[in-house]
Amino acid sequence: MSTATDTMLYLDGVSVAFDGFKAINNLSIIVKPAEMLAIIGPNGAGKTTMMDIITGKTSPDAGQVLFDGRTDLTRLDEAAIANLGIGRKFQKPTVFESHTVWDNLEMALKKPRGIFATLFYTASDADIARISEILETVRLIARKDELAANLSHGQKQWLEIGMLLAQDPKLLLVDEPVAGMTDSETEETAKLLREIATTRSVVVVEHDMSFVRDLGSRVVCLAEGSVLAEGTLDQVSANPVVIERYLGR
Amino acid sequence: MLTQALFRALDKKAVWVIGIFLAVAVLVPMANLLIPAGQFGHVPTYMVSLMGKYLSYAILALALDLVWGYCGILSLGHGAFFALGGYAMGMYLMRQIGTRGVYGHPVLPDFMVFLNWKELPWYWFGFDNFWFAMAMVVSVPGLLAFVFGFFAFRSRVTGVYLSIITQAMTFALLLAFFRNDMGFGGNNGLTDFKDILGSPVQAQSTRAALFAATAIALALSVLICSLIVNSKLGKVMVAVRDAESRTRFLGYPVEYVKLFAFTVSAVMAGIAGALYVPQVGIINPSEFEPGNSIEVVIWAAVGGRGTLIGPIIGAIVVNLGKSWFTTTLPDFWLFALGTLFIFTTLFLPRGIVGLWSQVVGSRRTRRVSDAAPPAAPTPVQSADIERGEDPASFGNGTQAKPAE
Repeated sequence: MSTATDTMLYLDGVSVAFDGFKAINNLSIIVKPAEMLAIIGPNGAGKTTMMDIITGKTSPDAGQVLFDGRTDLTRLDEAAIANLGIGRKFQKPTVFESHTVWDNLEMALKKPRGIFATLFYTASDADIARISEILETVRLIARKDELAANLSHGQKQWLEIGMLLAQDPKLLLVDEPVAGMTDSETEETAKLLREIATTRSVVVVEHDMSFVRDLGSRVVCLAEGSVLAEGTLDQVSANPVVIERYLGR
Repeated sequence: MLTQALFRALDKKAVWVIGIFLAVAVLVPMANLLIPAGQFGHVPTYMVSLMGKYLSYAILALALDLVWGYCGILSLGHGAFFALGGYAMGMYLMRQIGTRGVYGHPVLPDFMVFLNWKELPWYWFGFDNFWFAMAMVVSVPGLLAFVFGFFAFRSRVTGVYLSIITQAMTFALLLAFFRNDMGFGGNNGLTDFKDILGSPVQAQSTRAALFAATAIALALSVLICSLIVNSKLGKVMVAVRDAESRTRFLGYPVEYVKLFAFTVSAVMAGIAGALYVPQVGIINPSEFEPGNSIEVVIWAAVGGRGTLIGPIIGAIVVNLGKSWFTTTLPDFWLFALGTLFIFTTLFLPRGIVGLWSQVVGSRRTRRVSDAAPPAAPTPVQSADIERGEDPASFGNGTQAKPAE
């Protein structure tokens, strides 16, 4: 337990099997406060399953999952985990399409989530300022009154990152944020994530190597549900096992 | 806090709808009571009761729309909450008969005397008091929905499975209420009502008052639904409908959002049932029939789900059609209803209201593009177009999008 102190996310010996198939096998990962970690690995390496375990969608068969060095995440449901301060961006951008961009952020904004608090909620000036600020950050201020359905794919990704920011989480889990983005959008996203990682912990799952290089963070390569290699991107990509199992293909 | 919520609820559309039904609540009874029969403008009493029946159906359709159109819960058992509210009202009306029943028993309703019951079952106590009965009208459907919803939503029963168990719930209640031993009049139900609050149920003035009460209840239901759907909670409900697990990852307690909508909706359905019973003069277990609940879904779909006015229009239009068919072509009504549902699903996914806003929307877009052909609409303009559209559209592409 002593090793878990001073960590934002602590996974130790986590395993989960689906119908006998070990999606995650004795996985141990540590993320420190205000640290960025990039996770790479071949398809089926268990990257998304790992996120499912952290956010409470899947419960592990064995192992320890601790948030902020003390909270056991395996006992909590999705909503409780989200309210602890873990935000998740999905692989496929999932914004609320029949709501406006503004309403998407208003719903994500960190506020009491109870039924009656939500029923009688009125945006305060501070809330409006905060939403406008996030809209500036994700460059959607001009489209704030449009339905999210009308945004382009890249803009939806950005809106979802904006929703993550509005949640004000301590830990962000970001699954393939630049899929379907143009090169310049990809660069901007890397810049934005680096900026976010100065104050919060960020875990990014990505296939795009040049994007991972832009992030300039510690890299973990997963394969078959456990850690294959760990270090800087150069160290990891020079690792012969990684080349054979992932990069070489 | 509350005033701000009320202010939000009274947006332009809701004010119109509420205003119309409050006006109807005054004008129709006046036309019935003040204009003599035979003169132009007179509304015959049977018509007042018929319209009152339609308006109580409209409340039921609105209640269903709150859970289905806004929260994505397709309940196929809303008729059960309607019937329970109706039974609570029926029990009050039975106790008002007093010694005027066929058997003249001062306490026991006729069917209990007939079944040789010696005393009133405990669950009939208190129903001689109007306000106690009204409390039951609200709390029995509300409590059933709360308990049922609590277990169903906590176990994450969704989609078609939830629809099936709501259907099973109403069917189980149908079978239970058919039993004479239940003490609710078996298959004959409760009827032969005499008085409500001391005035005869059949009297012209009582009928007019019941109509007015129904129209006011409908206006209040619109107000409450508008308050809910225009709040942040209403937006969260739509979010649950469109992307349930995403909403959960934002930290909202999805189960309780659904439970809230389901319970409020059941209470509204119960009130609708209580207003329905004195106007039609009978409540029996056939109200629990699964087919009835499915019909409510058709009303909401035909009118336009996910809007406040749609289900009201749908309930009135479909029931007008039903009244016409069952008098002229009684054998064809179910075929017509089925055809209507298939037609709506295929060609009018957003119902009559959706058709209307499509027509208006496309005309407005054309006008905008006529005025300034090359310029794309500014965000403000397109926001206007969006607001002119229904706020709760059904995802992809069915609605008219602003010209881009």
